[in-house]
Amino acid sequence: MQIFDLAAADHAFIAEVQARSHQDIKTCYQCGNCTAGCPYTFAYDYSVSQIMRLIQTGQKDAVLKSRSIWLCGSCQSCTTRCPNNIDVALIMDVCRHMAREAGYATERAVKVFADSFLNSVSRYGRAFELGLMTEYMARSGRIFTDVDLAPSALMRNKLPFKPHRIQGRDQVARIFERFRKGGAHA
Amino acid sequence: MHNIAYYPGCSGQGTSTEYDRSTRAICQALDIALTDVEDWSCCGSSPAHTVNHVLSAALSARNLAQVEAMGMTRVATPCPSCLSNLRTATHKMKDPDFQSKANALLDTPYRNTVDVQSVLQVLAEHVDPEYIKSKVVNPLTGIKIACYYGCIMNRPPALMQFDHHENPMAMDNLMAAIGAEVVPFPLKVECCGASFGIPRGDIVHKLSGKLLDAGRRLGADCFVTACPLCQMNLDLRQGQINDALHENFKIPIFYYTQLLGYALGLDRAELGFEKLCVDPRRALGKIKQPAQTR
Amino acid sequence: MRIGVFICHCGSNIAGTVDCPSVAATALTYPDVVFSTDTMYACSEPGQDAIIQAVKEKNLDGVVVASCTPRMHEQTFRRAVERAGLNRYMFEMANIREHVSWIGKTKDLNTNKAAELVRMAVEKLRRNRPLFAKRFETVKRVLVIGGGVAGIQAALDCADGGQEVVLVEREQSIGGKMAKLDKTFPTVDCSSCVLGPKMVDIAQHPNITLYTCSEVESVGGYVGNFQVTIRKKATYVDWSKCTGCGLCVEKCPSRKHPDTFNEGLCTAPSINIPFPQAIPKKAAINAASCIMLTKGKCGVCAKVCPVKCIDFEQKDELVTVDVGAVVVATGYDLFDWHKYPQYGEGRYKDVITSMQYERLLSASGPTGGHIKRPSDGKEPKNVVFIQCVGSRDRSVNRPYCSGFCCMYTAKQAILTKDHVPDSQSFVFYMDIRSPGKMYDEFTRRAMEEYGAQYVRGRVSMIYPQDDKLIVRGADTLAGTQVEVPADLVVLAVGAESARGAVQLGEKLRVAPDQYGFFVESHPKLKPVETNTAGVFLAGACQGPKDIPASVGQGSAAASKVLGLLSKKELESDPAVSRVNPGRCVGCGKCVQTCPFGAIKMIEDRFGNPKAEVIDTVCQGCGICTVTCPQGAIQLEHFTDNQILAEVNALCPPKMFANFE
Repeated sequence: MQIFDLAAADHAFIAEVQARSHQDIKTCYQCGNCTAGCPYTFAYDYSVSQIMRLIQTGQKDAVLKSRSIWLCGSCQSCTTRCPNNIDVALIMDVCRHMAREAGYATERAVKVFADSFLNSVSRYGRAFELGLMTEYMARSGRIFTDVDLAPSALMRNKLPFKPHRIQGRDQVARIFERFRKGGAHA
Repeated sequence: MHNIAYYPGCSGQGTSTEYDRSTRAICQALDIALTDVEDWSCCGSSPAHTVNHVLSAALSARNLAQVEAMGMTRVATPCPSCLSNLRTATHKMKDPDFQSKANALLDTPYRNTVDVQSVLQVLAEHVDPEYIKSKVVNPLTGIKIACYYGCIMNRPPALMQFDHHENPMAMDNLMAAIGAEVVPFPLKVECCGASFGIPRGDIVHKLSGKLLDAGRRLGADCFVTACPLCQMNLDLRQGQINDALHENFKIPIFYYTQLLGYALGLDRAELGFEKLCVDPRRALGKIKQPAQTR
Repeated sequence: MRIGVFICHCGSNIAGTVDCPSVAATALTYPDVVFSTDTMYACSEPGQDAIIQAVKEKNLDGVVVASCTPRMHEQTFRRAVERAGLNRYMFEMANIREHVSWIGKTKDLNTNKAAELVRMAVEKLRRNRPLFAKRFETVKRVLVIGGGVAGIQAALDCADGGQEVVLVEREQSIGGKMAKLDKTFPTVDCSSCVLGPKMVDIAQHPNITLYTCSEVESVGGYVGNFQVTIRKKATYVDWSKCTGCGLCVEKCPSRKHPDTFNEGLCTAPSINIPFPQAIPKKAAINAASCIMLTKGKCGVCAKVCPVKCIDFEQKDELVTVDVGAVVVATGYDLFDWHKYPQYGEGRYKDVITSMQYERLLSASGPTGGHIKRPSDGKEPKNVVFIQCVGSRDRSVNRPYCSGFCCMYTAKQAILTKDHVPDSQSFVFYMDIRSPGKMYDEFTRRAMEEYGAQYVRGRVSMIYPQDDKLIVRGADTLAGTQVEVPADLVVLAVGAESARGAVQLGEKLRVAPDQYGFFVESHPKLKPVETNTAGVFLAGACQGPKDIPASVGQGSAAASKVLGLLSKKELESDPAVSRVNPGRCVGCGKCVQTCPFGAIKMIEDRFGNPKAEVIDTVCQGCGICTVTCPQGAIQLEHFTDNQILAEVNALCPPKMFANFE
C-alpha cells in the first residue's frame, strides 16, 4: 500500500479544491455516508469518503491520479445525504477538472468520450450521436464499442445519419473558442 | 392555457425521438402550448460539467438567453440531464462573479430571468389531476408499473426543488390517475449508470441490472421513466445486461408520456411504441380494454 | 468623593494584551480618583485584602475593580468592600477581560479601551448611593416539574429533607422514559425493578403531593415566593374513588388508538392504565378516541365500574400552590427520524426506533418480551442497529452528540443475543462514546462475548427486497460499501428537547439554548442553577443525559433547594424600580408593561392614582423606566443619570455638541 507523509500535505491543493468548490473540506468527519450511498463504489479505486480524506490530508497526486474521480456519475446521492451539507459531487467534479488540467486521464475512455461529445457540440451546436460515437471509437481505439446495439438502434431510426446543424453553431463554437483562450476557472 | 418555452434536448432528435413526440402530443392534448426555443443548442450535458463549470453554464445559458429573446420567462424540458444543467447554470449565475465569467463566453449575455422546469413538473404542479382523469379514454387498468425517476430529476433537492428527493411521487400519481397499478418501487432515485454506457458499459450493466431486478421482484410489467439516458440504459442495453449478468429480463421501458398518451387515446403514431427495443406488446396487452372492464 | 481603582492582571489573561500599570496610571487622572494601582489577582485573598487595606488607609468611599465579568466576581468584591466598611453598592466593576483582553489582540488599542471602560465605571460610581436589601420569608414548599427519574429523585430528596413537595407530571403516570426501558446499562438490571420502588415512594411519601395528567399553567412571584397555577387535565375518572381494578380497561370496546406508552407498536383501549406499575394506578380516558366523548353513546366503562368513578362531565381543574423553589425536570423527547427519508419515512414497518425496541424487549411490552418484528411477527435473525439518527448531524440541525445512544445500542445488541441466540446484530456507528464507569468494558462485551458486528460508517439508505430490508452502509475501516439483508432495523434515535420546553421556559423565565435545552447558570460551577433565582434544573431538560447523570442532578438540585429553603429569610436585591410620586400621573402604562406584575396602582392621600413598585417582586429589568412617559420611574443603581454618565464618559464631545 502507499504510505502517505502527512507532514508533506499539499496545502495549496487543499486550498484550491476548497476555493473552486466553495466547500469546507474540514467539515467532513468521515462518516462514510457518501461511500454508503454511492452506486459507483464497486468500480472505484478509492471510495468517495477516502477521496475526501485524501483531500483533507493534502494528497494531491493520489486524488488526481485516481480512477474514482472519472467514474463519478454526478448522481448527487452523496450531496443529498451528507450530514454535514457538503456538496461532495461538486468536489468530485472539481477534482476531475483539476486532473484534466494537470494532464491526467486515469480512466482514458471516459475522458475521450467527454471530449468527443463536446467536439460534436462545438462543431454542430448540438450533440450528433452517430458522429460522436465514430470519433470516440477512433480516438479510444475501441472500435467495437456497442456494435451489438447498432442494428437495434438503426432499425428504429434512433440514430440519424446526419447532424442537425443549427443556425447559431458559430455562436456555440465561439463559446468553446473563448473558453480555450481564457481558460476560465470556476 | 399555459404557454411555455420548450427545450427538447439533443437526444430528442435521435435516441429519444419518441419521448419528444409523445411529450408534444400529450401537452397539446392537455392544453399546454409549447413554443420551441429558437435555434436551441446543446446544454452541455454531463460531459461539459465534468470539464469546467463556466463552460457548462455558458452552453446552457445560450439557450436561456434565447428564451429571454423570445420574451418568455419559463422553459420546460423533458430531459432531467438538460434540466439539471439549465437549473445549475441559473443557480450558479446568481453569483455576479460567476455570471460575468459565463457571459464572457457568450455572444448574448444571459440576464437570469428564466425559470426552468421539467415537463413532468409542469404536469404535476400546473395541471389538475382531475382534468387529466376526465380526458382518459383508455384507462391503464390491469398493468403493473414501476416508476423510475433517475438520480437527478429531484436531486440535489436544494437545486431541483421539485417533488421528493428520496421518494418522488409525481409519475406514480400520474400513472395511478390514469388507472395503472403502481408498484412501490424502492430504487426510484438510484443511478442507472448515467453516461458511462459507452466508455464503461460494465458499470451500466451492473447498475441498470439491479434496477430491473428490483422491478421484476415486485412483479412490474414495465417501467416508466422520464429520462432519455435512463430509458436508453434500461431498454437499448437490456440485451447487453442480460448477457453480462446471465439474466433474461424482458421488461419494456416506457417514457411516462407514451403511456399517458395511450390513456388519453392519442394517435399511436405520435407515441412511438415501435421505437422501444424491448417489445412492449405483452405489457400493453395486460391493459384491460374499456369494454371488458365494464 | 474618594475613589480607589484596582486594575487586575488576571495572571496573563488580561496583562497579556493590556498594559495594566498604564491603565492604572491613566485612571488616577479621572475625577475623584485618589488611589489607583494594578494587582496580579484582585479576586485572590491577598488581592481582596489589598482592597480592604486601601479603603481603610486612603479613606476611600468607593471602589472600582477592572477585571473579569461581573457574573464571575461582582459578589466577591461587593463582599470585600462591605468588609472594609462600605456599602456594597459603592462598588463598580469594569470588564476588561471578556470585553477587552480576550477579544482584541492589539495592546495599544486594548489598553486604551480598558482605560475608557474604567472611566465609565468611575463616572457611574460617582453617582452611586448606598442601597440596603430588604429581608423576606420563604415558602417552605418546592415544585418539581416532571416525574421522570430526575424529578423523582429531586422530589424524594427534597421530601426526605423535610420540605413539602408538589410533583407535576404531564403524562398519566410518573416514571418518564426510564419506565419504558427494559434493562439499563451497563449492569443489565431490570429498569422497572430499579425505578418501581422509587415510584411507590413518591406515592406514599407524606410530604409529596402528586399531580399527574397535569401541566404548569402559569408561574408568578420570585425566589422564595412563587405562585404556581397547575392545570389538572380532565381524565373523566374520579381518582379519589378509582381503585385501579382495571375492569373498565378490560371491557372498553374502543381499542384502536395508538398505545403511546408502547410507542405506537400496538393499540390501547380508550380508557386505560398505561402499564402495570403505573403511579398513580388510576384509569384515564383518551377523549379523542372515546366513543362516549366523541359520539355520545357507549358508556360501557361507567356501567362496569364497581365504584362508579367514571365522570364524562369532568372538566380541567386549576390548582394554585405557593412554593419557595422550583425544580425543572422535564426530560427530553426522541428525535423524529422521519426527517431521514432515506430510512423509509415509516413506509417500512420493520424499521423501528430504539425506544420501540425497548418495548419489544420488555416483558410488559406488547409482545410479552419476545422479539417479534412488526410486519409479520417473525423472530428476526439479522438485526441492524443504526446509531446517530438525529445526533451529530448538521443537516437535520442536530449537531450535538446525544451521549447515551452508544451505550443503549450496545445493551440492545447484548439483549438481542440473549433473546434470540442464533441472531446476528450489526451496529453501524461513527465513534463509540462510552466514557463512564464500566461503560467501555460494556461495549467491548457486546462485541467480544455477544458477537455484535460493529461496522464503522453511516447508513445511506434502507430499501425492501422480498421480506428483507437491504441496509446499505459504509465500512470506512474496510474502505468500502457494505450491504446487510436485515430482518429488523433499529434506529438509535437521539435526544431532543422535550415538547413544550420552550413555552415552559418562558413561564419560568429560564432561557432555552438554540435546541430547546435549558441553559444552566454556569456550565461548570453552577450546573443545576438557572439565571432565575429559585429555579433549578435536573436531568435531560438541560441536555441529553443517561440515568446515573440524571439521578445525580436530581439530588444536586434537591440539595440546592434544601440549602435555599433552610434560610429563614432571604434578602431582596435593592436594585429595583422606584416611583417618584410627584412626577407620576397615574397613567398605569408601567403596570401593563411589567412582565413580573411588580407594579400596582394605589391612591395617594388626595385620591390621585399613583404607581407603586412591590420591591420583592421587581426583578430590576428596567422596562417600566423606559415605558413611563413622565420619566417618573427610575431603576435604583441604574438610573438615567448613572447610565448617561457612563455614555458621556465614553463620548463626551459629541454628546455635548448635540444636547447642549
